[in-house]
Amino acid sequence: MTIRMAEYPAAWRKPPLISAAWLRWGIGVLAAIYLAAAIGSIEINWARLAVGLPRGWRFLSSFFTPDFFSHGDEIIAGLTESLAMTVTSTALGILLAIPLGLGAARNLAPRPIYLFCRAVIASSRTLQELIVAIFFVKMFGFGPLAGMLTLTFASLGFIAKLLAERIEAVEVGPLNAIRSTGASWLQWVNYAIQPQVMPRLVGLSLYRLDINFRESAVLGIVGAGGIGATLNTALGRYEYSTAAAILLSIILIVLTAEYTSGLIRERLR
Amino acid sequence: MTPPVWRRRTTKMQWAIWGGWLFGALVVAQGWRFISDITLWDFVWDAPAQAGDMLSRMVPPRWDYAPMILKPLWDTVNIATLGTLLAILLATPIAFLAARNTSPHALTLRPFALSVIAVSRSINTLIWALLLVTIVGPGVLAGILAVALHSIGFFGKLLYEAIEEIDPAQTEAIAATGASRAQILAYGVVPQVLPTFAGVSVYRWDINIRESAVLGIVGAGGIGLQLNASVSQLAWPRVTLILIAIFGAVLVSEWVSARVRAAIV
Repeated sequence: MTIRMAEYPAAWRKPPLISAAWLRWGIGVLAAIYLAAAIGSIEINWARLAVGLPRGWRFLSSFFTPDFFSHGDEIIAGLTESLAMTVTSTALGILLAIPLGLGAARNLAPRPIYLFCRAVIASSRTLQELIVAIFFVKMFGFGPLAGMLTLTFASLGFIAKLLAERIEAVEVGPLNAIRSTGASWLQWVNYAIQPQVMPRLVGLSLYRLDINFRESAVLGIVGAGGIGATLNTALGRYEYSTAAAILLSIILIVLTAEYTSGLIRERLR
Repeated sequence: MTPPVWRRRTTKMQWAIWGGWLFGALVVAQGWRFISDITLWDFVWDAPAQAGDMLSRMVPPRWDYAPMILKPLWDTVNIATLGTLLAILLATPIAFLAARNTSPHALTLRPFALSVIAVSRSINTLIWALLLVTIVGPGVLAGILAVALHSIGFFGKLLYEAIEEIDPAQTEAIAATGASRAQILAYGVVPQVLPTFAGVSVYRWDINIRESAVLGIVGAGGIGLQLNASVSQLAWPRVTLILIAIFGAVLVSEWVSARVRAAIV
């Protein structure tokens, strides 16, 4: 009996990612149709682009000649405002997030409190910062207070959610041990849970500090204070060197903060 | 004589910790004083009245305006999707340049790729949009580019970290068969990072839907354009409708992204 060699492939071929052929082709065709429709609906104004490109080039080259001084006072005022918003909102956010996080942990809180805290967290996470800022500016007037409250609202949802997840994953041994000593609820939380979740809370807070600074740079666009307003003005006046100086300062502060918080988090681990 | 009491930390350590708390508290207090000095408190005390007034104007939403926001909603989804795709295209080579184990030249190309990632990440999507609107003009294109430019950093960072964590045995096995560098990447590295990559892409797409909903505030297309116009015209019933639309889009995208990620992992 001879084996017909031709029926066996002589070379290995990578198996396709999706094994069902109709599904593979179907997804491909749908994706192609969507892409064609989406790209087709972009309206490109070529005349505007022709005006803009040299401007873009000027902006890019102004990064090599940033102008920190001709509007130095405004830049410093804007950065101070941003930093003040960042630290106050992070501190307030953490303070509010701790009870919220405890309430949103399934293993600690009774059902109604759990649902309420989860609802607060969900609303804080789905509402984009800028939209919240628009409303806070309408309510509290222009200035950094509106921005600070926006960032506080965003931080508390972020920290509380991740903190609650960490609390839900705590070791049960210490919980039972402390409870068996006859500790009150507060003592129980402080001695059984707090030591287990503290590294995570510190890490999250530092991470949020970074995010808050980055976000504080945008809120100025809707009048909620910070360096964003200065940047917006500079771009509006086509003062690219000043804008480049502002962006470089933002990048520098973000990188320094990220590096430092990375070091601290490394030591905590 | 009283027996010595157990203490967790040495006296010096305890002082250092108290000093740290004091310093932190001072910084926060100083920040708060700065903010409160430039706040017009009369406006703030008026806030409850303002909020009540705004809420009473916001209901009921103007449902008949709904057909007008379908096109902006479509634009918003496109900005997020096309921006994410563009970012994937641009970030993949950058991630391979940035990963220590795949970078062709670790001394020059790696720092270059890392700095691209850092710059892209430190500048918010909205700031990118602000810049791009002055360059390419207002519209969807500026939005797509802004989303892409900010997402490059996010993708690049997560992807290059995934590449650095791969199991080297598999790449060595492929290399031992006499494969070329490109073949090692395609058959040794890519299959190992593909799940992470797909998960991160969908996750970022979800974030980008939220971001692109507000890009219109600076003129970069999408539903934010209508939101901004309605807020500045004080057309509150329209604002409510737009917020409901954004909320719906965000919930749907979150659901899709969670489902897809669950299917991949």
